[in-house]
Amino acid sequence: MFWLDTKRVIKSGFINFIRSSLISLSSVLVVTITLSIIASLIFLQAILQFSLSEMEDKVDVTIYFTVGAPEEQILNLKSSLEELPEVASVGYLTSDEAIRDFRLRHTDDYLTLQALEETGKNPLGASLNIRAQEPSQYESIATFLEGDSAVVVETSDIIDGDINYYKNKEIIDKLTSIINSSQQLGFFFTFIFIIISIIITFNTIRLTIYVAREEIEVMRLVGAGNKYIRGPFMVEGVIYGVISSLITIIIFYPITSWFGREMSSFFGMNLSEYYLNNFFQIFIIILLSGVALGTISSFLAVRKYLNK
Amino acid sequence: MINFENISKFYNGDPALDSINLSVSAGEFISIVGQSGAGKTTLIKLILAEEKPTSGSVFFDSVDIHSLKNNAITKMRRRMGVIFQDFRLLPRKTVYENIAFAMETAGKTDEEIETDVPYILDLVDIKSKALLFPHQLSGGEKQRLAIARAIINQPEVIIADEPTGNLDPINTNEVIQILKKINDLGTTVILTTHNPRIIDSLKKRVVSMEKGKIISDNEKGKYKI
Repeated sequence: MFWLDTKRVIKSGFINFIRSSLISLSSVLVVTITLSIIASLIFLQAILQFSLSEMEDKVDVTIYFTVGAPEEQILNLKSSLEELPEVASVGYLTSDEAIRDFRLRHTDDYLTLQALEETGKNPLGASLNIRAQEPSQYESIATFLEGDSAVVVETSDIIDGDINYYKNKEIIDKLTSIINSSQQLGFFFTFIFIIISIIITFNTIRLTIYVAREEIEVMRLVGAGNKYIRGPFMVEGVIYGVISSLITIIIFYPITSWFGREMSSFFGMNLSEYYLNNFFQIFIIILLSGVALGTISSFLAVRKYLNK
Repeated sequence: MINFENISKFYNGDPALDSINLSVSAGEFISIVGQSGAGKTTLIKLILAEEKPTSGSVFFDSVDIHSLKNNAITKMRRRMGVIFQDFRLLPRKTVYENIAFAMETAGKTDEEIETDVPYILDLVDIKSKALLFPHQLSGGEKQRLAIARAIINQPEVIIADEPTGNLDPINTNEVIQILKKINDLGTTVILTTHNPRIIDSLKKRVVSMEKGKIISDNEKGKYKI
């Protein structure tokens, strides 16, 4: 009996969807707009995340060593730093590599290169470039470097000048606060937009079911159970969701391709590549959102007339 | 079969029904007559549990209808067939599907539906219209469809609320003849109307109402308001 009823409910939902083509079309359009907003927010979040991580990548702490500092001590410090949980990576630049990079950077600067030649020796020391897991963790790394652990005390003589953390501290702090506020603001607007979209969709579907309120009343009087009345409307809701999500997924392909072609340098990331690389996850999010929107809206809208 | 015990129904303080006591036996054909606003439709709505009484009880086979939960009301409605003045057909379903829907709600199989629907459509003479939608039918055809839907599950009682209100005399006569036949086969029929010609031709029990009260109740009565 359950399967027979389920089969009838699904069939009825499909037939109603086709027969109320104009109402179905308007519902699909509204759900598509809502899903497009959700998809746009996914892409905006991706751009925001990408930009923020790009900014994060630009923050680092560098320790410069005196010329001729023993490599063994530098590598000891490097190993100790790598053991800190806050540290994501430590890059070691030897003094030979430093001079090579310097020359490369100043290929066209004849005067500087000539001055360098005249010194007759390499004036640049080695350096360690430290990246933290989070920008907020640079302070604790700096505290470690100023501490009295054996390895730090051992290398204090070969460190040239101060650690550049404090020079960058203001920028790092500002950046950290920008990153945090941007993320919070991003989530807040995403939440608000999603709520607005859901309300609009719910009201549209409620209107379509309002049109059928007398039909629901007749079904009740004929002796149809609540599940049997509600079922086809929920199936219609699922169909709205599935069709709308397919339309959304399809229309976002050329849109992201255009953005990928024309706007990659502006955004700093290729939206088209992001879309294709994350296609499955995006499709599932859009599909589930669409189906949930359609089904829940239908469920709530019909409930009003069933509880009369 | 159906008993109204001291039923009153008030809308915003105005009485639509006032202390009604009425008993309908199984197999009876009872006509409830009265002018608009007399309380006929309210009485029908109380039997269908569309409305709750302000006071009193309505019993269907000794069960208080308004004490039932939703599921039980649904099951009880399956034991009744309803016909309305405005037909109340399902507009998005064809003639065939309107009948099939009523059978589906009663848990009938596809095979039963395929056998019974053409038979009943033939009986009410709209078999050729099976694939049309309600808006493509005439008033008489719509009402015959509504009757077919009401009787398809062989209910114990048929409730017809002004079923001829929107019909011409020929269709009116056809509908009344069908209701009489249904009653002859043993089904209880409750008919509300304000058409004196119907009542006078029926020669069945007549309950007359005025301003929410029963003013007369006669076996083989006549229209006298």
